[in-house]
This record gives sequence, C-alpha cells and structure tokens, in this order.
Amino acid sequence: MSQEPNNQESCQHKKEKYEARRDFLKQSSAMMALALAPPLVMKAAKNDEAIAAIFEKVPVSMEINGKAYNLSLEPRVTLLDLLREQLNLTGTKKGCDHGQCGACTVHVNGQRINSCLTLAVMQEGKKITTIEGLAIGEQLHPVQEAFIKHDGFQCGYCTPGQIMSAVACLREGHAGSAAEIREFMSGNICRCGAYDNIVDAIMEVKQGGQTV
Amino acid sequence: MNQFSYMRPSNLKAAIDAVAKDTSARFIAGGTNLLDLMKNGVVIPEKLVDINRLPLKDIQLNKDILHIGALVLNSELAAHELVITYHPLLSQALLAGASQQLRNMATVGGNMMQRTRCSYFYDTTMPCNKRVPGSGCGAIGGINRMHAIFGASSDCIAVHPSDMCVALTALDATVLVAGPKGNRRIPFGDFHRLPGNTPQTDNTLGKGEIITAVEIPSNAFTKNVYYLKVRDRASYAFALVSVAAALDISNNIIRGARLAMGGVAHKPWRLREAEQTLIGKAPTTENFRVAANIAMTSAIAYKHNAFKIPMAHNTIITALQKAAAI
Repeated sequence: MSQEPNNQESCQHKKEKYEARRDFLKQSSAMMALALAPPLVMKAAKNDEAIAAIFEKVPVSMEINGKAYNLSLEPRVTLLDLLREQLNLTGTKKGCDHGQCGACTVHVNGQRINSCLTLAVMQEGKKITTIEGLAIGEQLHPVQEAFIKHDGFQCGYCTPGQIMSAVACLREGHAGSAAEIREFMSGNICRCGAYDNIVDAIMEVKQGGQTV
Repeated sequence: MNQFSYMRPSNLKAAIDAVAKDTSARFIAGGTNLLDLMKNGVVIPEKLVDINRLPLKDIQLNKDILHIGALVLNSELAAHELVITYHPLLSQALLAGASQQLRNMATVGGNMMQRTRCSYFYDTTMPCNKRVPGSGCGAIGGINRMHAIFGASSDCIAVHPSDMCVALTALDATVLVAGPKGNRRIPFGDFHRLPGNTPQTDNTLGKGEIITAVEIPSNAFTKNVYYLKVRDRASYAFALVSVAAALDISNNIIRGARLAMGGVAHKPWRLREAEQTLIGKAPTTENFRVAANIAMTSAIAYKHNAFKIPMAHNTIITALQKAAAI
C-alpha cells in the first residue's frame, strides 16, 4: 500500500467494490442455505420460535451513531449480535466472541468496551458509536487516515476494533509514549502482527495534536 | 447462549428478593465473566437480574476509610484520585488486570465474583468438581501448568484469577454484603475460600446475598508499594504468579509489611509469616530472600507447574525490591 492516503474518489471506489463483494457473499450464502435446508430443519426452526415466545422480548431504546433505535429484543442478544445480525452494522467484527481479541470494540457513552460481552438489553438509554459512526460523511477520522498512512493492518479483520480502541486510547490520555500505547492497546489482538504500524499511527495522531 | 428472562430492579431489596427466591437466577453487573460462562454452557441461569441501576457507584473517604461501591468500574477505580493517593497498590493491581475495554465494563463486585479460568472448568466435556460436584478433577492428572501451588485439595487445584483481589487482601479490606437476612461485613481474607471437598463454592456469600461495597482502612502504604505480575505475555493475560508488596519504611527500618500473591491458590494468598519476618529489619535483598523462603515453605507443585515455585520465590523478592526502590 502507498504511504500516502488515497484521495477521496478512490476511497469511494474501494468502498463500492467491497460492498458489492459483501452483497454477493450474503446472497450466495442465503441461496446455499435454502438449497441445503431439509424439511426437518425447517420444522425444528419453527419449534425454536415457539419456545422463544415463552421468553418475553424486552423493549430497548438506544442511540447508535447518532440515530435513535426503539427495539424489541430477546435478552440473550449481545450488543455485538444486535449490531451485526439485526442492524446490519457489520463493521464491528466478531473475532473470538469471548472478550479475548478486541475485534468487537465499540464505544458506549464514550467508553470503549467489548460488545461481545454485554447484552443489548443492558444498553437501554446508552449512546453507542461503532466504526461506521467515526467518519464524518466521506471525511475519515484522523485515526482512520493514520492507519491507512502507516499500513496499520494486513488482513483488516481486527482493524475496526483497533481503530475504535485507538480513538479511545487517545481520548483517555493513554497515548503518551509507545510503551503506554502498547499497554493500553493490549486488548486488541492482531494476528497479522501490524502492531508496530498501529503504534506509529497512534503516535502520529497524538503528536499532530488533532482533535479526536 | 441459552434463553433466560431478564429484569432490571431499581432498588436493592427487589434485587435481593429476585435472586433469593429463584435458585436459577443470577445477578449481572458488567457481565464480562458471566456471559462468557453462559456462552460456554458452564453456567445456565434462567433469569438474569441486572443490578446496574442500583445506587452502588460511590467512592468516598469517610474518617480515613475508603468506601468503594460494588458497581464502581475497574477502570474508574484505578484512575481515581483517592485510590492513587491513598492506595496506589490497588491502582497498580487493577491496571495489571484484563484490558481497558474489559476494565470499562468490569465492576468491583463482579471482579470478586469471577470464576477460575481453569480450562477443565470451562470445558463441559471434561470432569470438574467445581462445575459438576463429584465428577472428578481433570486438572490434577491433566495439564496443570496454570494451577495452584498453595491450599489446593484432592478435589480441585484451580486458582482465583483476580489481580484486584490480591491487592485488597494485602490492604486488609472489608467486604460489605446485603442479603435476605440483613447486612454483614466480611474481612476480605475470609471472603474467598479454599476448595476443600466443596470446590463448587468459591466464596462465603449466601444465596441472595449481594456485595454492596468494599472498604479499605487507612494505612501507611502510600509510597513503597509494588504489584508485580508475571504472565505469558507482557500484557492482557492471567497471572502465572503475581505479588502485591507494600512496605512502611522509616529510617531504613521496615515498620510494616504486607504481602499477598495471585495465581497460586483458590483464593488470594496472604503471606502473613513472611510479612512478620520483615518487621524491624532493613529493606535489603537478603532480608527479602529470607521472607520469600518462608513464604514458599508450604508450596506443592503438580506435574506441569513446578516452575511456579522458584518463579514465585523470585517474584516476591523482586516485588519487595521494587517496593523498597532498592
């Protein structure tokens, strides 16, 4: 990847390309699932729904990326699954689903948390920010820009969590040195090993004094 | 995750009633351990009682006693001015635990209630007396690298995973509890228990009882303190061994000493005899070595964790050196 951030036009082009790929995957896996579902499986799914009805759904209101949501949710739905499976906010990633990798990091009332280890119903009245809520229109957040500039990723799967964590790390005042950044970013695992570049990206935003 | 019903009481009595009357109900605060256990099928509650609306979030200093509400977040407590000023050991221990994301969710009460991370406890296909009493212990003859070297039994060799609790044990904290039969106070060292032949019980709380606060009495351990955690990676891992060391030194003489260890027993492991040998002595490496020798006399290793005995010995000495700044 180039050391200079791409211009907005090519970012937009990339975005469209990725969305097209995602839509294709969604459609093709849905068709595959239908083709493979035997009648017995369909029946079992219906029974599951009947059992689910015994457990009352809970009304929940929250604000996600500045938009108000009034939802009715099963209590067992995690915040992560709500975002990804029900609201199509798939930027937040499911890595381990056990609070060990940080891929699911979002902000709740400004604080970073692991969205896989909290129930959506526990977020009543809260303000959630996900990776989709970080940029202002087409203008990337300074941390997003810095990640691109410093090549702060390889496969990209941990990146939304890394960026959400990095923004919080800067806002908390925990980006005073490379060692402090490493310690306070330790909840985000990158299996590609982009750590050095991630630290560089955060250091640059910190030293640039930009508002995050 | 199995299905469950959910309620969010707004007062303590309603919360206590909900759990006291329903054997399959559990309190949930941060949820960082409970939801993990539920996803693994280790704990299957039919009802969750969300206590996050209860007024248990205060931190205040009353007559030199630091009162910490049970719902104070680990991150908030670690960064609190009163904690940094009067009990820096606690702040250090909190920051050694988990990640900032988890500390932003985890509460003081929940940290105390977290279960062991023994892999046999988590794996529902394996025997575990803590998970299924009477089923046996997979760890004793299995892979026991992470396990206890103090206070274990023939039924369980799991360790308590908390860092915060190690500091609170060293600082002689008190646990405030409310329950169906009223309120009571438990010395921190008596809150968690050794496994004996009932490892399914981690602590001395009764059914429906809830932690409302922790209190730390004033002490002289504001300067010469150190929490040293040894783990498989530099950050964000459970302790192989950890040591909370606090010294009160004047005129090069140790006037008071506190030592506790994590990662070595079913509960935070206080080293009272080692503390006593330090009183009246100079803060020297040789004196610290004597204390460490005493601390390790009752240690027993299993097949894969014998390394913990010399490691713990060295960690005690290093933590004391760091605390004394020698």
